[in-house]
Amino acid sequence: MIKKCLYVNRRAPYGTSYALEAIDAVLIGSAFDQDISLLFIDDGLFQLKKDQDTADVEMKNFSPAYRAYDMYDVEKIYVSKEAMAARGLKKRDLIIDVEVLSDSKIKDLMDEHDVIFSF
Amino acid sequence: MKFVIQVNEGPYQHQTADSAYQFTRAALAGGHEVLRIFFYHDGVNNGTRLTSPPQDDRNVVNRWSSLAAEHDLDLVICVAAAQRRGILDESEMNRLDKDAHNLAPGFRISGLGQLIEGVVMADRLVVFGD
Repeated sequence: MIKKCLYVNRRAPYGTSYALEAIDAVLIGSAFDQDISLLFIDDGLFQLKKDQDTADVEMKNFSPAYRAYDMYDVEKIYVSKEAMAARGLKKRDLIIDVEVLSDSKIKDLMDEHDVIFSF
Repeated sequence: MKFVIQVNEGPYQHQTADSAYQFTRAALAGGHEVLRIFFYHDGVNNGTRLTSPPQDDRNVVNRWSSLAAEHDLDLVICVAAAQRRGILDESEMNRLDKDAHNLAPGFRISGLGQLIEGVVMADRLVVFGD
């Protein structure tokens, strides 16, 4: 059985473990042939920021992993228009291509999914 | 209704584990099915049998073990999260060459695939913890 799974990424990449954990969960979902979409809202937008340098915080920079998503057929990646604007981010600042949705459209996106995983 | 429960926080500091336990008990009492409880992130700390709260406090870990025994529940600890936090069963102890294991009765260690497989079978995934 295939379910429509939405992975919601809400947090900045290194302050908590959630962003890194989400990458594993997305890849496992893909391995189980689920219909996967990703959504980045709030500080989750910072996960996709180009030119991350984590040397001074002694963490692994896992942002290159996002570029591997298309190899796992993870191609539906959405970001919040309002969250982008609030953080001064443009599409060109992001490491991968995304579809920008207004928060009212995000409500519809959530409605049409069977399962929501929140990270 | 068929539920899968996800627990994201360890016991005691947050009410999360208590709420998840109470929800599970209420769901079972209401005639619903709980297919699996998946302990993720710091939630894996719900599965150490070395937990020793004071006598007058609830024992969150033993409570899960008893509920699992009573209702034949599937309590699954995320292996990747468990390894980082030192939650091991006997085979993980041997495999990782450690000198102790601490998994509580009724729990088992397995992968994230168990969460995905669970939600595919379930009507609802209910997540506790932020």
